[in-house]
Amino acid sequence: MTEIPLGSALEQFSNVHLDETAADMPCLMVPPADLLALCQFLRGEAALQFNFLSDICGVDFHPEAPRFQLVYHLVSIPNHWRLRLKCWLGDPPVAPTVTSVWTTANWHEREAYDMYGIHFDGHPDLRRLYMWDEFDGYPMRRDFPLRGYKDHMNPLGVERRRNGGGA
Amino acid sequence: MGVLSHSMQDSVLFTTADDIINWSRKSSLWPQTFGIACCAIEMISAGCARYDLDRFGVVFRPSPRQSDVMIVAGTVTRKMAPIVRRLYDQMAEPRYVIAMGTCAISGGVYNTYAVVQGVDCIIPVDIHVAGCPPRPEALLHGFLQLQEKITGSRVLRAEPDALPSAERA
Repeated sequence: MTEIPLGSALEQFSNVHLDETAADMPCLMVPPADLLALCQFLRGEAALQFNFLSDICGVDFHPEAPRFQLVYHLVSIPNHWRLRLKCWLGDPPVAPTVTSVWTTANWHEREAYDMYGIHFDGHPDLRRLYMWDEFDGYPMRRDFPLRGYKDHMNPLGVERRRNGGGA
Repeated sequence: MGVLSHSMQDSVLFTTADDIINWSRKSSLWPQTFGIACCAIEMISAGCARYDLDRFGVVFRPSPRQSDVMIVAGTVTRKMAPIVRRLYDQMAEPRYVIAMGTCAISGGVYNTYAVVQGVDCIIPVDIHVAGCPPRPEALLHGFLQLQEKITGSRVLRAEPDALPSAERA
């Protein structure tokens, strides 16, 4: 693993720390409040130039708390570096958008919103990406039934629980 | 022997109206050019030179207005369901539906929140062609079954139940 000069980033953001357990690539743990500023720094710093956002994943740790996590994979194309950011979120999950840093974050964040119900503050167009607009629930959450809810197109689905159960 | 015996030329045929209507319907079953998933590949194969659906008068048409048959070839997702329904609604009657493959018949292995559990949930199906995906021969068999179904159907003739009791006998 190539040594990435992350010292300046760790110095500037006191709440950001390196995840020592990560083996495949360096991983930074970042609170949601610092996420946008850290992303701007990682992209803009001349020694780093993380100019490509590879993907954004949501993770649901239900029933643990904190429940949600966002995982960002960055690539520095000029330096051939990869970097992972992890960001813990509460329930309901809210994170700042990074569309101002990487335009491609637009659809990635819509996907995370669609599948996990993670709300991105300041997103220009936060609509569902895969599911249809009227769809109720967030299918990748661990408390969402795989077979979905019972209706005329899905006779094998689960009965929807009365008092707010499920997603 | 009556006066009409042996009086017709060779070019004159005798048949019933229903027979000739059904014969013309079954001889030009034009399906929509419409495929949803991997079964569509087998459907295309069935239409190409090796299996050649054209020899049954089955010619793919690019518009639902010109089509008689809808082959639902593939997994129908919930998001696709309203579009499948609209394509069916745009077809002129008489119209027929072939559910091709396990997914279209029952949802198949995709017993999930995102897939319609059988296209019968949204449109009436005439022929089910089993397989995952069905081979082109199976689709040909489906078309032959559909032709057989059309042959026996009543067009101008009333249904037996609707006839007055004297005629029913």
